[in-house]
Amino acid sequence: MNINRRLFIGSGAAAATTLAAPTVFADGHAKPRVVVVGGGAGGATAARYIAKDSKGEIDVTLIEPTRMYYTCFFSNLYLGGVKGIDDLGHSYGTLAANGVNVVHDWAVGVDRDAKTVSLAGGGQVPYDKLILSPGIDFVDGAVEGWDLSAQNAMPHAYKGGSQTELLKAQMAAMPQGGTFAMVAPPNPYRCPPGPYERVSMVAHYLKANNPTAKIIVADPKPKFSKMALFQEGWAEHYEGMIDWIGEDFGGGEVSVDPAAMTVTIDGEVTNVDVCNIIPAMKAGRIAEIAGVTDGNWAPVNAADMSTKADADIYVLGDASQQGDMPKSGYAANSQAKVCANAVRGALTGAKVFPAKFSNTCWSLIDANDGVKVGATYEATDEKIAKVDGFISATGESAELRKATYEESEGWYAGITADMFG
Amino acid sequence: MFGRLCISLTLAAGVVAGPNFAQGVGDADKGAEIFKKCSGCHQVGVGASDKVGPHLNGIFGSPAAAHEGYRYSKSMTRAGDDGLIWTAETLDAYLENPRALVSKTRMSFRGLKDPADRADVLAYLRRFSDDPANIPEAEPTAIGTDHDLDPEILALVGDAEYGEYLASECLTCHRADGAAEGIPSITLWETEDFVIAMHAYKRKLRPHPVMQMMAGRLNDEEIAALAAYFKDLD
Repeated sequence: MNINRRLFIGSGAAAATTLAAPTVFADGHAKPRVVVVGGGAGGATAARYIAKDSKGEIDVTLIEPTRMYYTCFFSNLYLGGVKGIDDLGHSYGTLAANGVNVVHDWAVGVDRDAKTVSLAGGGQVPYDKLILSPGIDFVDGAVEGWDLSAQNAMPHAYKGGSQTELLKAQMAAMPQGGTFAMVAPPNPYRCPPGPYERVSMVAHYLKANNPTAKIIVADPKPKFSKMALFQEGWAEHYEGMIDWIGEDFGGGEVSVDPAAMTVTIDGEVTNVDVCNIIPAMKAGRIAEIAGVTDGNWAPVNAADMSTKADADIYVLGDASQQGDMPKSGYAANSQAKVCANAVRGALTGAKVFPAKFSNTCWSLIDANDGVKVGATYEATDEKIAKVDGFISATGESAELRKATYEESEGWYAGITADMFG
Repeated sequence: MFGRLCISLTLAAGVVAGPNFAQGVGDADKGAEIFKKCSGCHQVGVGASDKVGPHLNGIFGSPAAAHEGYRYSKSMTRAGDDGLIWTAETLDAYLENPRALVSKTRMSFRGLKDPADRADVLAYLRRFSDDPANIPEAEPTAIGTDHDLDPEILALVGDAEYGEYLASECLTCHRADGAAEGIPSITLWETEDFVIAMHAYKRKLRPHPVMQMMAGRLNDEEIAALAAYFKDLD
């Protein structure tokens, strides 16, 4: 291990610990190796920060099957016609140019004893520290009548890219006066306000292109994120267009028939033209394969995002079970920086600073009508715990809402630059 | 770079506008109490509507007599046509003596003679207006910010290495390359400007909720560390 400046100037308990116990690599290779699986807000950020901050002292490999990453965040704005699909796509070229080994393949196995990740293409990638940021997968049977084989008839569109484009195409093909249905997910799930921003953006699109169309939302929850703000906005911008059916009205008693294009809510059958199913979620499959999940999610230690099951495997973002943070791109990005700092410290003796987490989430209700919620968090022995927070108020001025939307555009530019360099 | 420009503008306003503006940003909570004197005629905040006088949401930066639906006096309409804009300076003058600024105004109020009281009311009213720290085209709503910051805080020398780690949290939104699209740039600020601004958020003098939250949990050394890091980030 190289003795670097950071190690010499380190002070305090964390630095003392790393000085006292330098990492020894089992097979004697020269540089520590970090493998990151998943190139989204968590994985891309972690890979970039470790490569950037270690200045060549750590080999960083990012395993991500797609060559172009389409963000799930802001995808609702594409559905609403506010953004184009190309606005959401980002390549990994700059990451690669800045020292990250980018491997476009599926990670299909993890051997925790041998410390290797196996690839669908047949290779094995060794690691000293493994960071998993696989996002979400869906719980089988969560919505009666729907499974992944039905995703072309009834798209989930809850991962960025082709599914989002499919849903948009189906919206565009709706007959005048047709019905758009959404089945919302139970807690916990990716992006708590996401389904409701989607309803808003679908309504925004339909108001302009199909003004007599209707939107039905079947929801298994009695309340949802930013509920008062969304409902105020729906009444103001889309009066009479949106019918939200919550738990009290049978919103959780849902089955669908993708072949017949029907949705049955609390026994009542409705013919629909487009049906967006957002099922119950679980950690991306590679976390389960690695054996670091407990139930649907991967429990982690709040101080560094290491898993409860294996101190050399970390889980970021939506897949993790960490405490109070919502599952969001911003949260994954925040967790990635804490994790990157801890991993670098563990592998090179660099100073490890205390964990700080934060999240802000913007939602667009109508063009130039943006709202937001946010919070700060700290690491405790039990979980990532909320410290402070805020939420937009109902009745805010149009000017403030416009400024809030413009701020969200600034955030999008900022976080994607922070992820990909 | 807007952030520095904003501070420069507000400091400059303090210099040119005379002793009344040396009060700096007032105490909004105190202003809310003082505003009760005005509430018989004016409403402000969520759900505010026009009463005897117009509601005062978004007053900063708006032209005089421009609020649709309210019937202004001829003299106020003329003042608006003449280009009167409600800025911190003009509002301060109007609050001091309405008729001194707009003769024959219908606002039958003798004025607030204490500059500190006026500063408090303006601080309260700016809660309901655009925030120039975040909206480049907004009118400055504060005057001479943060002059009372403890010199010992300004004298702290930040640990830039710690600042680099802390800055990673800022860089989720703010651009490392200094671009400012929707969110202001924070690179290459003078250290003192940066520290003053962050403490203003921490003390809730600057109103942006995200920044109040983020600054609120930073101690003096951490703010100094961030200032030291961003000063040279190019």
